[in-house]
Amino acid sequence: MTNVINFIVAAVLSGTPLLFATTGEILTQRSGNLNLGVEGMMWLGAFAGFYTAYKTENPVLAVLAAFGLAAFGALIYAFLTVTMKANQNVTGLTLTTFGIGLSLVMGYAMIDSAGGAPKVSSELRASLAPADIPFLSDIPYVGKLLFQYNPLVYLGIAVAALSAVYLYRTRTGLNVRAVGENPSSADAAGINVTAAKYINILIGGGICGIGGAYMSLVTANGSWQPAGIVNGNGWIAVALVIFVSWNPAKAILGSFIFGAFNSLTNYIPASVVEIPKAFYQMLPFVLTTVVLIITSIRKSRENSQPAGCGINYFREER
Amino acid sequence: MADEIFAIELKGITKTFGSVVANDNIHLTVKHGEILALLGENGSGKTTLMNMLSGIYHPDGGSITVRGNEVFINSPKDAFALGIGMIHQHFKLVDVLSASENIVMGTRAQKRQGKAALSAEITEISRKFGLQIDPGKKIYNMSVSEKQTVEILKVLYRGADILILDEPTAVLTPQETEKLFSILRRMKAEGCAVIIITHKLNEVLAISDRVTILRKGKSVGTVATVETDAKKLTELMVGRPVELLIDRPDTSKAPSLLEVVHLTVKNEEGYDALRDVAFDLAGGEILGVAGVAGSGQKELCEAIAGLAKIEKGAILFNKESIAGKTPAEIIKSGISMSFIPEDRLGMGLVASMDITHNMLLKSYKTGKPFILDRKPARALAEHLVKRLAINTPDIGTPVRQLSGGNVQKVLLGREIESNPSLLITAYPVRGLDINSSYTIYDLLNEQKRKGVGILFIGEDLDVLLELCDRIMVLCHGEVTGIVEAKKATKEQIGLMMAGERQRGEVGNSA
Repeated sequence: MTNVINFIVAAVLSGTPLLFATTGEILTQRSGNLNLGVEGMMWLGAFAGFYTAYKTENPVLAVLAAFGLAAFGALIYAFLTVTMKANQNVTGLTLTTFGIGLSLVMGYAMIDSAGGAPKVSSELRASLAPADIPFLSDIPYVGKLLFQYNPLVYLGIAVAALSAVYLYRTRTGLNVRAVGENPSSADAAGINVTAAKYINILIGGGICGIGGAYMSLVTANGSWQPAGIVNGNGWIAVALVIFVSWNPAKAILGSFIFGAFNSLTNYIPASVVEIPKAFYQMLPFVLTTVVLIITSIRKSRENSQPAGCGINYFREER
Repeated sequence: MADEIFAIELKGITKTFGSVVANDNIHLTVKHGEILALLGENGSGKTTLMNMLSGIYHPDGGSITVRGNEVFINSPKDAFALGIGMIHQHFKLVDVLSASENIVMGTRAQKRQGKAALSAEITEISRKFGLQIDPGKKIYNMSVSEKQTVEILKVLYRGADILILDEPTAVLTPQETEKLFSILRRMKAEGCAVIIITHKLNEVLAISDRVTILRKGKSVGTVATVETDAKKLTELMVGRPVELLIDRPDTSKAPSLLEVVHLTVKNEEGYDALRDVAFDLAGGEILGVAGVAGSGQKELCEAIAGLAKIEKGAILFNKESIAGKTPAEIIKSGISMSFIPEDRLGMGLVASMDITHNMLLKSYKTGKPFILDRKPARALAEHLVKRLAINTPDIGTPVRQLSGGNVQKVLLGREIESNPSLLITAYPVRGLDINSSYTIYDLLNEQKRKGVGILFIGEDLDVLLELCDRIMVLCHGEVTGIVEAKKATKEQIGLMMAGERQRGEVGNSA
């Protein structure tokens, strides 16, 4: 029983960065823009979050900085695709390359000036340690399962839930969905298509950045290891968006399922089956492929990609 | 009496797209409680003009006055604020959203309004104008007529009292058109100003109080509807007198050429696009196909041309089944298809290629192996340009740069030149001006005299009734009847388009 609970907890911890990234990309795609720069924005967030935490030792500032730098990356993307009408796929891929490159260069500069791998202070790591809520955290099983996570996990769930409310329960969210489905109809209905796209791309990008900060501060335990901080999670998030059919509420469970595959390696004892570690590392990507195949067969009007996604909108096009 | 306040007054409106002048010094007025028809051929600038009123385009010159104040409309939002609502020809609706979501999108919620309160408000507006709608229904489940109702409610919900309808009847059955007209009359009685864009003369005469006529981007006149008739309006629209009768030559009865029995075809989504369709077509006969858009016309064309899989039933051409044959074999056996889709280019021609190369698309397999022989194609291209008076700088111009009518002549011309014995033509006059339309009718009649069987899929019932020998009516992929065109009436066909089965089978000799 303890093992099962530990496994679920590990799945949640490992799924949280995916949850941020998936929610961010859903907001972006719902406004009709496919941003393939998730991986890059997560790297930007990973660096900005780490550097701010390292310098200021303030976790709130770290999260804000991660949001800000990733949103800046998204702003470049938004300017190129929404204003300059550049191809969304190419621009997104370029943002990934740019984000990874910039973060690595800055990361090495940081290592050089620190004279070794920098590490955030133990006080800061303590502020991102598992919560200890009086009474609730002490309930047997349930306490461990629900009330002993680090604050970013709860933030992720809150962001996803709020995003779902925003998209499905508010007039603004309705407008965003209209823009993503059919920008020309939205325009004719008096919706400011450009503003809707910019706002969602920027907020979505920023949320992806928090996912990156989670990876450098929590997953990597607060030490900068430039080789593989984000580790392809941005790409998994792009597929997760499809898996959860563009619904942030479903993203909560979807991310944790993928997180489970990420952490499977530690919970299948070698005494039972001996499988190389590389196999486990491969699992999330195999699952991603399978999900893409299954969802491409599924046909439902409401659960499919926003119809205007990936296509730039020109009003005066004849 | 003081100067009359117009709901809208346009003075000297000019708009150019690159080197094309779409609107040139246009004047137009409309009052509250009045229905103004804006009449003009395709490409005369009607839609461009109205798009400036709804804030989609900006005029390059001239002024727009609304209720006596000069205004600048920079976006559809500005237009709504001025009480101007536009119902576009291609509906501006989001398919996956419900009717009520489409109606409220883009508006600010005055208060926290639940779904129920919203539905009640929409129902209230519906009742006032005699509209019927289910607020919760998704757009993709709606018929064309229901979608139009949502469009109308969308502008009414925004409090618009100046309504612009762009070709609202193009997709409606005659009965639905009548229903729409009664709604428009109700709006007029409520004090709304209504502008209806159309090129159908009978509708202008039926609904409008005044008519403003556009020709080649210029406003050529405004007349009171009661003082005019179809002939005078056509002259104003075309610029010279036009004979409005379509020829229907009598041909001797030839043996049956095409027989379709129990044909069922599924569409891309896996639903039956055609169900148990049966008809026959003789050489020297034009069989018209009527039906609301999307009733299975496209699938019928594709099945005969070998592009769609036949689920059940059979298509016999010269007593031989075409099932299992490739499109190339079907073309070789003498079936030729020209389908003009809505964008007029999607099927049959390659936009970036010139006329010669588009001719080659159908003949490249003949002649020497491996090497293209352009000579015959070039000769054919030159022949067509001369014969059909195709307006092009030369045969090396990409067809994309030709106007719609000329593109259609290239396509139909190529199909006819392949000397088919069966010609399928879908919407050949879609978007054409009156002159080009008559050129096309003449071409079809010439083929008919030569003994070619023609399947003519059309949208204008008046044309179908005058040109065709028999008319088959499709509704949701089923044949609701086949009638002799000479004896049929528009109302009868309209009812069949809406699904009413013909009483007492006529015409189908099988």
